[in-house]
Amino acid sequence: MWDYSEKVKEYFFNPKNAGVLDDANAIGEVGAIACGDALKLMLKVNTDTHVIEDARFQTFGCGSAIAASSALTELIIGKTVDEARKLTNRDIADFLDGLPPEKMHCSVMGAEALAAAVASYRGEAVDDDDHEDGALVCKCFGVDEGMLGRAIRTNKLTTLEQVTFYTKAGGSCATCHEAVEEVLAATNADMVAAGELLPGEAFTARAATAPAPAPAARMASAPITIAPPKPKASATPAQPGAAAGLTPAQEILAIGRVIDEMRGTFKADGGDVSLVDVSGDLILVHLTGTCAGCQLAGATLGGVQARITSTLGRPVRVVPVQQV
Amino acid sequence: MQPIYLDNNATTRTDPRVVEAMLPYFTEQFGNASSMHAFGADVGAAVGAARHSLQALLGAEFDHEVVFTSGGTESDNTAILAGLRVMPDRNEVVTSTVEHPAVLSLCDWLERNEGVVVHRIPVDSQGRLDIDAYRAALSDRVAVVSLMWANNETGTIFPVEGLADLAKEVGALFHTDAVQAVGKVAINLKDTAIDMLSLSGHKLHGPKGIGALYVRRGTRFRSLVRGGHQERGRRAGTENVPGIVGLGRAAELAAAYMADETTRVRDLRDRLEQGLLQRIGNCFVTGDPLDRLPNTANVAFEYIEGEAILLLLNKAGIAASSGSACTSGSLEPSHVLRAMDVPFTAAHGAIRFSLSRETTAPEIDRVLEEMPPIIARLRELSPFWTDGTPTADAFNPAYA
Repeated sequence: MWDYSEKVKEYFFNPKNAGVLDDANAIGEVGAIACGDALKLMLKVNTDTHVIEDARFQTFGCGSAIAASSALTELIIGKTVDEARKLTNRDIADFLDGLPPEKMHCSVMGAEALAAAVASYRGEAVDDDDHEDGALVCKCFGVDEGMLGRAIRTNKLTTLEQVTFYTKAGGSCATCHEAVEEVLAATNADMVAAGELLPGEAFTARAATAPAPAPAARMASAPITIAPPKPKASATPAQPGAAAGLTPAQEILAIGRVIDEMRGTFKADGGDVSLVDVSGDLILVHLTGTCAGCQLAGATLGGVQARITSTLGRPVRVVPVQQV
Repeated sequence: MQPIYLDNNATTRTDPRVVEAMLPYFTEQFGNASSMHAFGADVGAAVGAARHSLQALLGAEFDHEVVFTSGGTESDNTAILAGLRVMPDRNEVVTSTVEHPAVLSLCDWLERNEGVVVHRIPVDSQGRLDIDAYRAALSDRVAVVSLMWANNETGTIFPVEGLADLAKEVGALFHTDAVQAVGKVAINLKDTAIDMLSLSGHKLHGPKGIGALYVRRGTRFRSLVRGGHQERGRRAGTENVPGIVGLGRAAELAAAYMADETTRVRDLRDRLEQGLLQRIGNCFVTGDPLDRLPNTANVAFEYIEGEAILLLLNKAGIAASSGSACTSGSLEPSHVLRAMDVPFTAAHGAIRFSLSRETTAPEIDRVLEEMPPIIARLRELSPFWTDGTPTADAFNPAYA
């Protein structure tokens, strides 16, 4: 279930200004049934004062589409056409105390319907707008460059996913993703030039197509080094100079030496320890006498483990096993 | 007012008798079934009894053909991946366009990353599989066929027994996602050529997080999850004992209620469909009218959008679901309805009512009362509808 604000619910369950406006003198229609939402915005504008005296809507769509349409009518009634035209989809979303990110396209649909209605009022042919709005980018949802640019600029969009949430472009067959990214990169670049966006925030086509190496300056600040863990300082540094860089055979000899050195401790307690096998990080030892089954043997083996880790320069685990 | 739950294809209420059966396995019977002491032995016996219940519900020949998993998705993934692994000289998978994402997403991934050739067999306008296309896709290059027993959105049933026979002719393994079918249609696996079958506990009034994969004895198999000898090495990991016990009890109950599903529940479903068609214009039932799950009604309402219908239904205390784009966060309507070529005018407004053995006649009657005003109200709001008739042609968008 969507996390709709109380205001969205209120405007969906009890929409204001729904229905047909019989004496409308400006109409804006956007969307299509195939796309899953469509809005018909009807305005009654005073031709002397250019004040929007009444507005009604009809919407095919989800709960947030209906709420956004109703919110739009509330926002524009009483405003002049020029004032209304300045509204953006953000104003619609803000009026509703926000929309889920995936539903922001509902607010964009409202803004586009308003633009279409204003164009119709002013007698501007919508077909001319098509030319100004550039090429159709997303064929599935009928989104052109102009609509993309407006949504990107108004909402400071910087990722493909955001553009899809706000305009639906690229939300179906995905074949237009590269074209959408081109528009996004170009619009972001304009926004950076106009000081509306920080250069680091802007979408760049390179970042999307191939994970090209980051700029040198950034590389320098985050050097990646892979080093073996530092051997822990030991009270009795065994075999100085033998740490790290040992061949497997040298490692086994070194482990044997450490265990031999430690045998005295075990023998003092009436037991013994011997090396069984070395397998990667595991050092298998065999405990005999009183050491076998002794709770304290674990602590003593911990000492052996620390010594071997220090000697080899890599972490190991010493595990007691039954002799095979 | 009691809420009315008609979204049982999404999940069902865990039967109180199932919960009761499970509870001791959280408290006194907490043992690990693999342990060599009394705590483990009792639990091991309970797991065995649950396996028997599943065997009976599925009509399987042997109880050890039932492998417990975490649910339908894991079972589907295990079956298809195992099929490909045991047949290294075969590199193709056959499935349909209307499968659950548990199958389709995996197939997409296999195609993209593993070079597996995937055949997605189309369906007709009633959701029935194109058998000719299926035959054409079968060859000795096909490792595994995965076709659902019943569709989760429309309830349309595929003739899986016959489809399995065809798969055998080319030596392919046959897996069926029967998550929606188990407990709603009679299944007798020992009389079929089906090699693997997936089921899920929470679709049949059992708990979530438990399911099973049937693997016919003698079927070559590779475990997906490694790490232990559980389930005869076919699914590693300490057994989800409370879940398994719950699934076993759910299987027993499902077997006992099967007759109810296919008679009383079917009648209620038909009453709902007929009632909606009588009361509301410009709507139709999707799916195969002849061979459909007894509990599923998928009705497409033209010129309105599904999420809006669901929100108003929810306000009236009725839970259903929709194939609409807006409910899922995707922008496309249901892939199942699109595969059936349901027109966009209706695909966005398709509502699925899925009943269960807990559904009552008064509940259906209340839905029939609530629906007409909801549909009328949204159509009044729709620009494609004026005074009781569609007016889609009168809509001339500036941006379409």
